[in-house]
Amino acid sequence: MKYVDEFRDERAAQQLAAEIRRMTTRRWTIMEICGGQTHTIVKYGLEDLLPPEITLVHGPGCPVCVTPLELIDKAVAIASRPDVLFTSFGDMLRVPGSDRDLLSVKAAGGNVRMVYSPLDAVGLAEKYPDRQVVFFAVGFETTAPANAMAVREARRLGLKNFSILCSQVLVPPAIRALLSSPTNRVQAFLAAGHVCTVMGYHEYDPLAASYRVPIVVTGFEPLDILEGIRLAVVQLEAGRHGVENAYARSVKREGNVPAQQLLQEIFHTIDRQWRGIGTIPMSGLSLRPELAYFDAEVRFDVGTITAEESPECIAGSVLQGLKKPHECPVFGTVCRPEKPLGAPMVSSEGACAAYYAYGRLRPPQAIETSP
Amino acid sequence: MTLARVQPDFDGAACPIPLTDYPHVLLAHGGGGTLSQHLIDKIFLPAFANEALGSLHDGATLPVERGVLAVSTDSFVIDPIFFPGGDIGSLAVHGTVNDVAMCGARPFAITAGFILEEGLPMDDLWKIAQSMGEAARAAGVRVVTGDTKVVDRGKGDKIYINTTGLGIVPQGVRIDPARATPGDVILLSGPIASHGVAILSVREGLAFETQVTSDSIALHGMVAGMLDAFPDIHVLRDPTRGGVASALNEIARSSRRGMRLDQSALPIAEEVQGACEILGLDPLYVANEGVLIAIVPPEAEGPVLSAMQAHPAGRHARRIGAVVADHPGTVVMRTTIGGTRVVDMLSGEQLPRIC
Repeated sequence: MKYVDEFRDERAAQQLAAEIRRMTTRRWTIMEICGGQTHTIVKYGLEDLLPPEITLVHGPGCPVCVTPLELIDKAVAIASRPDVLFTSFGDMLRVPGSDRDLLSVKAAGGNVRMVYSPLDAVGLAEKYPDRQVVFFAVGFETTAPANAMAVREARRLGLKNFSILCSQVLVPPAIRALLSSPTNRVQAFLAAGHVCTVMGYHEYDPLAASYRVPIVVTGFEPLDILEGIRLAVVQLEAGRHGVENAYARSVKREGNVPAQQLLQEIFHTIDRQWRGIGTIPMSGLSLRPELAYFDAEVRFDVGTITAEESPECIAGSVLQGLKKPHECPVFGTVCRPEKPLGAPMVSSEGACAAYYAYGRLRPPQAIETSP
Repeated sequence: MTLARVQPDFDGAACPIPLTDYPHVLLAHGGGGTLSQHLIDKIFLPAFANEALGSLHDGATLPVERGVLAVSTDSFVIDPIFFPGGDIGSLAVHGTVNDVAMCGARPFAITAGFILEEGLPMDDLWKIAQSMGEAARAAGVRVVTGDTKVVDRGKGDKIYINTTGLGIVPQGVRIDPARATPGDVILLSGPIASHGVAILSVREGLAFETQVTSDSIALHGMVAGMLDAFPDIHVLRDPTRGGVASALNEIARSSRRGMRLDQSALPIAEEVQGACEILGLDPLYVANEGVLIAIVPPEAEGPVLSAMQAHPAGRHARRIGAVVADHPGTVVMRTTIGGTRVVDMLSGEQLPRIC
């Protein structure tokens, strides 16, 4: 298949891997930000091609994984209301809340529907004027423009029965939080190509400069990731730290300016809680005050929900690149995709799910605990 | 790829129950009275016409050869009931015939139980019965006995069909998933994931540039050819729900053997792969209705592959991997870039990803 097969070609992959092996002289820890990249790495057995000195750790870029438990509980409470038609991307439906997930709400008679686009939810609101249609708007900068577009469209149509339950998060503040942490081991980042397609990559310059880390904008196919790693290693070995674009077929430096303008029209930046990590300053998007009418948390009073994580789950450490999934004592035993303790075991972008599905025969490679 | 498919031609023909009388199925159509009789006489008997059914007895009596009988039962609840490449009626025949064929048997008869939802358009029922009859005739099997029930509106989803298939296993044939043996080769009859993607594209109203068509087809002719070429085939399986990955995992577990696949050998149509890429689905887990997996000793690879390729649905048949002694119970795949990964059993439903 054109534009896909070229990026999964064995000979090209082996050449890139040989180049990486040739120039690697020291141990390097590189984090890929996006869960989609994590899945490519594990699904293609990409680490088989890399020299042992390179450790890939998996970042927080899994929208489902970082959505706070309290918000999932709120989603469950709202979706259980008889007047609500609750819509979500498929991935979100199986993420465990404190006591159940959205699929269980559906099984118990709740009107929960999977959609492929937030605009489908707007269409449902038009079609069912006597129902409150709620869309679970989660994700990074990648999904934010489509979610913003849905709100803009609902406003244009004057819909009184559409709202979003919003948990939009932003990548650069998360990178800053990881790099500021005293436990950080990450020496270079592969930035998420889709996020940069929207936002561009100028936001990463100050991060690379102040923390002296290479940041390489990277795509999602195996060859994209190998090229991202290669460019990161070139910089690391040379002691350089700049921002480079290894995904030029999709990403421009300034990004998608109309999409950014749309985000500014609909959202403003706020402090946001990340599941497993905690609150990161100015790391999320929320509807602008004048659009609060479309905010499901305002529209539906579900009370204050306090939720407790499973004490055994190490999702927070996995999402911060401090531990690998199989270092978790309950990985694959108590915690499995059918009965997950944490979100990374569920999502198609979760690191634990990737290791469980594709990587179980791989000898465990722990993250270096001393520099 | 074009296959000789059973696509009944409805042009010029019309439902024999005048729409003005009963445009929809009523509860009384399942009540055993005049309306039930009407349904049998006007819809089912003409569609399935054969002696065994025509006797209208409580059950069918069938003369059988000596030997081993293969029996398989299946239920069809597909939504939508009409889809590109078939409908619930043709699918019920193909699915049942294929299950019997995967036992190495030659299917000769099927039964059909219909559960209809009150309000189902009579015209839809007629089309489905016609399509089922056509598919059965094309496959050389008879629908020998049946049953119809009607449930209240809202208590079913238009139409469910339950079937049982009967077939005779030829002497010397012993298909058994436990017979997968290290050194055996794994053959696949054709491009994967077409059925699941075709259904998803209609169900979710996804508009692709190219229409993806279900691969639904009866495979017993191909199986007969394969067994003629080499009777000692070890394992046959049609990878329906759960796809090729789940079928191979089941075989790996029952035989306590490992399997090794080569990702670059897996055949997939470009439009199907494109749809899977967009939706974030792994085609290895997407349903097929016209594909089979055969596990055969290495010396049988040539003759069995030729027999598969001689069938219209097997033209793209190829070897996709081998049974190995390592990692018993686990399927491992060499990826297109030369790495390896586990191909696990599907957990839950495949859900499209967020981004």
